[in-house]
Amino acid sequence: MLIKRETGFLQRFYLLEVMKGLFITTKNWLFSKNITIQYPEQRRKYSPLFRGQHYIKTTNGVENCTACMLCPTVCPADCIHIEAGERADKEKFPVRFEIDILRCCFCGYCEEACPKDAIKLSGIYEMADYERRVYDKNFLLIQRGSK
Amino acid sequence: MAGGVDVTTFELTAMAIKLGIVLLILLHVAPIMVWAERRICSWMQNRTGPNRVGPFGLLQPLADAAKFIFKEEYVPAHVRKGFYELAPAVSIIPAFLTFAVIPFGPSIDIGGNLVHLQLADLNVGFVYILAISSLSVYGTIMASWASNSKYAMFGGLRATAQMISYELALGLSLVSMIMVYGSVSLQEITQAQGEVFAFFPSLPKWGVFLQPVAFLIFFISIFAETNRLPFDLPEGEAEIIGFHVEYGGMKWSSFFLAEYLHMTTAAGFLTAMFLGGWQMFPGMYTAIVALGLEGDALYWTMVGLRVLSFAIKVMVILVFFIVVRFTLPRFRYDQLMHLGWKVLVPIALVNIVVTAYMISFGWL
Ligand code: SF4
Ligand code: SF4
Repeated sequence: MLIKRETGFLQRFYLLEVMKGLFITTKNWLFSKNITIQYPEQRRKYSPLFRGQHYIKTTNGVENCTACMLCPTVCPADCIHIEAGERADKEKFPVRFEIDILRCCFCGYCEEACPKDAIKLSGIYEMADYERRVYDKNFLLIQRGSK
Repeated sequence: MAGGVDVTTFELTAMAIKLGIVLLILLHVAPIMVWAERRICSWMQNRTGPNRVGPFGLLQPLADAAKFIFKEEYVPAHVRKGFYELAPAVSIIPAFLTFAVIPFGPSIDIGGNLVHLQLADLNVGFVYILAISSLSVYGTIMASWASNSKYAMFGGLRATAQMISYELALGLSLVSMIMVYGSVSLQEITQAQGEVFAFFPSLPKWGVFLQPVAFLIFFISIFAETNRLPFDLPEGEAEIIGFHVEYGGMKWSSFFLAEYLHMTTAAGFLTAMFLGGWQMFPGMYTAIVALGLEGDALYWTMVGLRVLSFAIKVMVILVFFIVVRFTLPRFRYDQLMHLGWKVLVPIALVNIVVTAYMISFGWL
């Protein structure tokens, strides 16, 4: 929207206005605090609800997941791939559990859908890599916790 | 200096040393200014700026220079080769030349020989600066024309128009200064500024107090002269990218080296003309007298303080350049012409007339 402001007599000379502007910038320069976060040394505190890198929770060294296929069903990005199998104690378990992290949109639906509290999203957000990673089961079983 | 003039070995050595020091300082001003510009701008915007390379990020310009040198020397296919290569040199050489006549200290006495702390005390004085610094626009125009590109061309055209509308006001504001001091030699003008006003002895007769209007016009004009914001129309990063749009790597950065050298010279010129040059700040003399120095010690302290005063004044002006750059928006093309022709030139002319009357009545 075009807002027309009245230009006063003094403002037409600009000089006073320029002085005001210079005063503001100089005040900012000398007296205001920097808000930059020096990243690798200082980190921003994120909420505990932050949705970052995935992991599968384990109990006594065994993954909680029973390969119920709820998370691949709910996943909007269709990036979870599970192959179910049977353990010696007749328990269903995922033989393969892969998350194509490049397609993941970090919506957190998988975490919400999971009845066994198995798949979780940690607070880790530094996921840059040199290759196109697909997180496999071994990787997901590393317990990351919420940072 | 050569030819029929007698040149002693002492003078030659002194000249070589002065030249070396001035060149060294000038070459270092640009990187330090780049650093200062980035730091101050970020502080003004509540950021931190480059602070990783070296202490306080001071080595950042070195890293930048290394980057520029190792960049590919790419020459676009559509440019006019010879002129394209020549343009950065053409804009950088006048920038180096202009500092020659600016006195950065008093004449000092070394074992009976007088050494002027100024590279060349030409009899044309600052007219030389005006002449040479106008040459630098040729570098800009050459770059824009040889680039064979629309946007570069616009930059060049703007540079020309800006030059014409500002040189005039700049020159006219200096005319009144010539009338006041009766000289064009910067050394003499600086010396004249050492006096104090009769009615208020603690106020020195600096140009800015004698000719405030001329000072204002000159100050505005040198922003245009050095292509700094708010008058950086030839560059105009946001709209046309400017006359150096087809340049890259070291060639591009030499335009910037030239710009910073111009700023330094302009700041030195302004200091010598209006801010008392190497004259000490009011109060400094009282302070060293109070310290009880005598003879040689007093003499050399005064020389040191005078050079220091000059350096401080130049630095303040340079910092002011930076603060202004990050405060004011760019002028539009027609606004710039309007300001140049319809505001500054008439004011400068009126100022000349008023000055002439004041001189003829003996008030100045
Ligand atoms: S966070 Fe969303 S997109 Fe990513 S794996 Fe879970 S459900 Fe799929
Ligand atoms: S929803 Fe939970 S239990 Fe079901 S397959 Fe996914 S991770 Fe395993």
